[in-house]
Amino acid sequence: MEVLDNLSLGVETAFRLENMLWCFVGVALGTAVGVLPGIGPTATIALLLPITFNFEPVTGLIMLAGIYYGAQYGGSTTAILINLPGESSAAVTAIDGHEMARQGRAGPALAAAAIGSFVAGCVATLVIFLFAPPLAAVGLTFGSPELFSLVVVGLIASIALARGSTVKALAMIVLGILFGTIGQDPFTGTPRFTFGIRELFSGINFVSVAVGMFGIAEILRNLGDEQTRELVTKKVSNLWPSREDFRRMIPPILRGTVIGSGLGILPGAGHVLASFASYSVEKRISKRKGEFGHGAIEGVAGPESANNGAAQTSFIPLLTLGLPAHPVMALMYGALIIHGIPPGATVVDREPALFWGLIVSMWIGNLFLVLLNLPLIGVWVRMLSIPYKVLYPAIIGFACIGTFAIGLNAWDVFAIALFGILGYVLIKLGCEPAPFLLGFVLGPLLEDHLRRALIISRGDPTIFISTPVSAAFLGLAVVALVLTLLPAIRRKREEVFVEEDD
Amino acid sequence: MLEVRRALKDVLAGSIFIALGLAFVLGSLVYDIGSPLRMGPGYFPLALGIVLGGLGGAIIVKGFLAGEGDAIGAFEWRAVVLITIALLFFGFTVRGLGVALSLFGAVLLGALGRSRTTLLEAVGIALALTVLSIVVFIVLLQLRLPLTGPWLPF
Repeated sequence: MEVLDNLSLGVETAFRLENMLWCFVGVALGTAVGVLPGIGPTATIALLLPITFNFEPVTGLIMLAGIYYGAQYGGSTTAILINLPGESSAAVTAIDGHEMARQGRAGPALAAAAIGSFVAGCVATLVIFLFAPPLAAVGLTFGSPELFSLVVVGLIASIALARGSTVKALAMIVLGILFGTIGQDPFTGTPRFTFGIRELFSGINFVSVAVGMFGIAEILRNLGDEQTRELVTKKVSNLWPSREDFRRMIPPILRGTVIGSGLGILPGAGHVLASFASYSVEKRISKRKGEFGHGAIEGVAGPESANNGAAQTSFIPLLTLGLPAHPVMALMYGALIIHGIPPGATVVDREPALFWGLIVSMWIGNLFLVLLNLPLIGVWVRMLSIPYKVLYPAIIGFACIGTFAIGLNAWDVFAIALFGILGYVLIKLGCEPAPFLLGFVLGPLLEDHLRRALIISRGDPTIFISTPVSAAFLGLAVVALVLTLLPAIRRKREEVFVEEDD
Repeated sequence: MLEVRRALKDVLAGSIFIALGLAFVLGSLVYDIGSPLRMGPGYFPLALGIVLGGLGGAIIVKGFLAGEGDAIGAFEWRAVVLITIALLFFGFTVRGLGVALSLFGAVLLGALGRSRTTLLEAVGIALALTVLSIVVFIVLLQLRLPLTGPWLPF
């Protein structure tokens, strides 16, 4: 029974004391940054990556993963209590969740979010367990032409599922790839664009890029329009939902779980899309349409299950094909490389303890999260009173120490400033930072496979079309690109993502 | 005039992409370009630099045809300048002054980037965060960073 062997290896790894401890630290931190508006999981994971370099790879990844899905739990708390999503995927939760809080039903809303997230987390873990190994087996058969086209699909799809202008997103990807070429050329060893600075020979550190674009740029933007936050309820009482609440939230939780686990696998903002999709499904099939927007518990339970399910299944492309679907996954990708583990299909075979341990840890982490978020909700609510003028200098301080500690390299700190300003200016001009980071992380891989494939084909570029799998991927990329440019679809996308701004 | 205002955001974004694309193109020409079969170090960045310039041009054209038109909003000069100085200060002084003082300076500068924070508040925030960071990173997580540096007399 191979499945049982895998399971027992995973359980053994995940239940090791230090792994459980760091899993707990990860989900607690994740909840904290999910609760706090103004700092998201991407910046947090970038800030904390350097610390995990001292850990064993599996321990580090367990903690980083915990931050990511923990943030999905925390984001709903802020959305419900102050109508300001702490995390973008919690934006829809705010619609009905905050309304429930105003009616004095914050407790059941928080409980519905937590229980839904837990159910979805467990099911999504099972989905990874069942589907990841077969997908990895397919991935193993890919050569350079297929891998090149796969990366192209991943990059293009990440635009299709994100918000904003398609052309700008494309430009951001290309710019990211270009910055990724800085450093020694892998084939000839020639240093490129380094201006003779020895510290740049190994390339720009991806931690600096992520901290700059998602941490510093975000601070600059927030300082431009500081929002005042108003807590509806300082004290949350009556957490337990009534029997009627339970009856109403179970079907949305199940539907949300399915929607989320499915959409999470897609590259791009799968978890954001999942919560919106779940909300519109619940609204459409509900017999009480009028209640939506006025505190329908279905509108909290469904989307919250969906975004947590998606957050977890978005690990599938990373762990099986080496394709990060989201900025957070791009950071995980970088973390794996730093630990000397090439992300992709070989992870399942070569690092079984890491792979299965990480999956089992997600289940443990979800259990921690329910305990952290329901009985201890008061702690998080109090955290909301931390003023931004204290929070953002802390981010700057952590950014300095964290990036400097990676290699005691001052250039890593200077790079944060550069990417902070670049990110701030570009965000102000309507360009999203996520495609840039994906391009930056995947750029070297793209160049590597492009050059290898062309060596195989003796310089004939038709190899990408004559290899069937590669041709299919490229076709998919073209379809995705054309779809985003069609006016009807574009309008739909704007509709879906418009509420993120609020 | 109205047209230009509507396109402003896209024109600026497009110009940045064109400028950066051009920079990478010029930079690549220094290196061996090679052929598709044996690509030199310059091939890939050169090709992408051209693509980026093209995309920048497309963004500008699109701006004039169908600009988003919403305002760019004020540029936070004070925050940009002070936070940049904060990061540069840390990078340049951390070896000489050690983590404690260098971090204090960086956080202080950063905190002053918000116009409504007073100097006294900023000093308090910087002091508290420096102590907290030292406890978390150096005492608890045991990162090997020097607390003081050779520039200090003690």
